[in-house]
Amino acid sequence: MRVMVPAALRSYTRELQLEAEGDTLVDMFVDLDRRFPGLRFRVVDEQGLLRPNMRIFVNGRGVRDLQQGLKPDDFVAIVLALSGG
Amino acid sequence: MSRTSAAATAKNPGSARTRSAASASTRLLLMVATRKGAWFFHSDAKRKSWTVDGPHFLGHTISHLMLDPRDGRTLLAAAKTGHLGPTIFRSTNLGRSWKEAVQPPAFAAPADGSSLPGRSVDHSFWLTPGHASEPGIWYVGTSPQGLFRSDDAGERWAPLASVNDSAQFREWMGSAQDGTPDGPKLHSVIVDPRDPQHLYFGMSGGGVHESRDGGKSWSTLIQGMEVVGGFDPTSVTFHDPHCLRICPTKPDRLYQQNHCGIYRLDRTGRPADDVWQRIGRKMPKRVGDIGFPMVVHPRDPDTAWVFPMDGQDVWPRTAPGGQPAAYITRNAGKTWQRLDQGLPESQAWWTIKRQAMTVDAQAKPALYLGTTSGELWIGRDEGAKWTNLARHLPEIYAVEVAELA
Repeated sequence: MRVMVPAALRSYTRELQLEAEGDTLVDMFVDLDRRFPGLRFRVVDEQGLLRPNMRIFVNGRGVRDLQQGLKPDDFVAIVLALSGG
Repeated sequence: MSRTSAAATAKNPGSARTRSAASASTRLLLMVATRKGAWFFHSDAKRKSWTVDGPHFLGHTISHLMLDPRDGRTLLAAAKTGHLGPTIFRSTNLGRSWKEAVQPPAFAAPADGSSLPGRSVDHSFWLTPGHASEPGIWYVGTSPQGLFRSDDAGERWAPLASVNDSAQFREWMGSAQDGTPDGPKLHSVIVDPRDPQHLYFGMSGGGVHESRDGGKSWSTLIQGMEVVGGFDPTSVTFHDPHCLRICPTKPDRLYQQNHCGIYRLDRTGRPADDVWQRIGRKMPKRVGDIGFPMVVHPRDPDTAWVFPMDGQDVWPRTAPGGQPAAYITRNAGKTWQRLDQGLPESQAWWTIKRQAMTVDAQAKPALYLGTTSGELWIGRDEGAKWTNLARHLPEIYAVEVAELA
């Protein structure tokens, strides 16, 4: 699937859109972390939960359950929740 | 901010001598951790002029920066951002380049059958290099409260189950909801300079604890400490130490700034007699003895400093009366003297967080303050005369000083 990452993660991926593999979001993050070590822990905590101020959209629909299934032609967007201060 | 002489310094970092006397070639490094990045300030033994190197990690929340005094070159930075999870960055060239820890501090998953809920590190808070005889070992205290150890100079961090997964500790800690507005913290991780197995830490809240076996088991040190009125002082839960310090030249003496006053503990070797003494009762009544930082003299165990704040009613956490001042004792807390020459005389409503006040080890030590309003101050002659070093930084969380050879 195609994955869009926020600029805050560019230090890991060097690019903002990339291809990843996996049958679920959990698998997708395993794939990303294998290729970009450290990325997953910045987004997903040690209990397997999406961090509080991160959002994930699959084909435009907000998802928090990382067991969400994925298809090869899905578009996954990892987004920083809007916040100020 | 510009990178000036810091670059030249970084080429030959040498070894840190955080507790040695001055020499003609002395170079001092101030490490300033802020809500939105890190800065370094460089000077010599005179401490007259300072050059600045920064920002590093612009936009990252840096809770603490610490240079390893054992090798003089390994710097650790406890970092997160508003969105991204916590991590540790490492540098071995005084910040010219940084590399992320391979395995940042992270709580273990709950054990099978455990009723304790799983936890996630929000931020690493307090970095402590291990004993001089144990190069590469570091400790870090986190929020929510957890204790972690690295055996490889900060690359990989492992949780200490004796604290993090102890039902007793978890009861004393409470949940993240029970802590201060920016999260309950495990702090003041101290290694006895005489014994690498002898450790201390404090929990806000959750008391003071020590281990004599390198963290395998722990005992509690709260005798004599007071708690908020109406609560039971024998309950560890209600104790809120803000900052602990050990005297380098008299390690049986500890000082503590607590939510409920300033204390000194002289270890006796007899647990029943290890009782904290509230030395803050000798502070001026109009100022009180509430605050966050506590600093001890590098050589004189009778000398210590505090920086009081307003802890009345809703806890404004500002300088009392808008008139910031440090206070020094030179007799282990029998009397205190106000040190405010050079600091604003009125309408200054900032204060100092628990890691944002420190002292160097020069023949005549200077103090350093980082304020919640982003100002960096030096207190020359042991705090007798204050001078501003920098303004307009982000909120300062921590200030550390090291001496480079």
